[in-house]
Amino acid sequence: MHVPDGFLNLPTSAATGVVAAVGVGLALRGARRELNERTAPLAGLVAAFIFATQMLNFPVAAGTSGHLLGGALAAVLVGPWTATLCITVVLIAQAFLFADGGITALGTNVVLMALVGVWVGWGVFTLLRKVLPKKLVSVPIAAAVAGFVSVPTAALTFAVLFAIGGTVPVPATTVAIAMGSVHLLIGIGEALITAAVVSAVLAVRPDLVFGARSLNRITPLEIKESVPA
Amino acid sequence: MGFVCCVVATPTGSYWPFLGQFGVLVLVAAVAGLAPGRLLRALAVEVPFVAFALAMPFLATGPTTSVLGWQLSVAGLHGAVMLLAKSTLSVLAALILAATTEPPEFVSGLQRLRLPALMVEILGFMIRYLGLIAAQWRRMAIARVSRGFEGRNLRAWPALSGAVGSGFIRSYERGERVHLAMLARGYDGEMPAALGSSRSARPIEWAVAAGLVCGTAILSWWLR
Repeated sequence: MHVPDGFLNLPTSAATGVVAAVGVGLALRGARRELNERTAPLAGLVAAFIFATQMLNFPVAAGTSGHLLGGALAAVLVGPWTATLCITVVLIAQAFLFADGGITALGTNVVLMALVGVWVGWGVFTLLRKVLPKKLVSVPIAAAVAGFVSVPTAALTFAVLFAIGGTVPVPATTVAIAMGSVHLLIGIGEALITAAVVSAVLAVRPDLVFGARSLNRITPLEIKESVPA
Repeated sequence: MGFVCCVVATPTGSYWPFLGQFGVLVLVAAVAGLAPGRLLRALAVEVPFVAFALAMPFLATGPTTSVLGWQLSVAGLHGAVMLLAKSTLSVLAALILAATTEPPEFVSGLQRLRLPALMVEILGFMIRYLGLIAAQWRRMAIARVSRGFEGRNLRAWPALSGAVGSGFIRSYERGERVHLAMLARGYDGEMPAALGSSRSARPIEWAVAAGLVCGTAILSWWLR
């Protein structure tokens, strides 16, 4: 899933790196709005959660299995800015500590998964929330569609990048069709899992679902002054 | 300091356009990694990972490479071999980095490479929480199995998705508790300066790293 080193040429990698840096810079500012001083502890936790979730394999058929990508899921659960940061951090750790995804391709991976994956998912989600009735039931549905759309979109973005700066001459349409069709299937799985996870969280702690925040009465945590006896 | 060497060597290492440099870079990577001494042993432990990484370009990026393979165009084959060599090289470099660098050093290293402070903090928290969450997954997996769960086919999905959902709630609530505990201990939005040994690279180490990179560059250019 992760783009390894040497797949795209140097200018493309550098360009995606710049885009990734700008996007993450914006996300750093946005995340402070979403989480204020709790940013680092809770974003770190969500990153660890996504990392761990990606290790959980869902059996598909005939012994193969896939895992969750989690871009749309993270956006719905914790908000798009925080999700961008979390997935970026996950990708950094995977590239450096687990050799999963190239280090020079880090910018590309961040663009594909942390920017395109999260923001397309979030865009679809907010759009659907406007269309669907304002009830809790519509939240998992919107999340599912967001998950379904975000995965093939990220794949097609890769196909475009590959057409611009691929190191191997393959017809762009071949790449797009191959990537698109495979990720369409992955997207279906992503949609089902995202919907199931979001509704599981909604059932127990609806206040934790960022995307359903407008439906909740917000009770902020407050530290009360002690009363003298 | 192997960390600096590897980080600097990796981006350049992955761009050598010719297969001839493969051996050279492996050698350089090995030398850079060998400096701490214990690395050879660590590399031997990582051999399965290297084998896995060798297979990765075929498995993970299936669509594009297999398309190449079946077309059997000369350019395609050439490209596939190059791709394999390059990713293997960078994977090797990353493994050396991971083998020589403890997570705290890795975090403080990124800090010194001017990664935004918030990112470094998130990364630090992620590494701290990862063990906890992985252990929680294992406990939940054991609980599932003891209830007769078998992850064989699509029917396992509702159970697994529910597990992910409750895993998220448990993790997040743990995070809230930890955050409150941190507040109670005087956390004000910034981590106190890292304790422990976070020494920076000495000039001589920078020189060695720079020399390695330049040497590789010259050698590769000469061999092209």
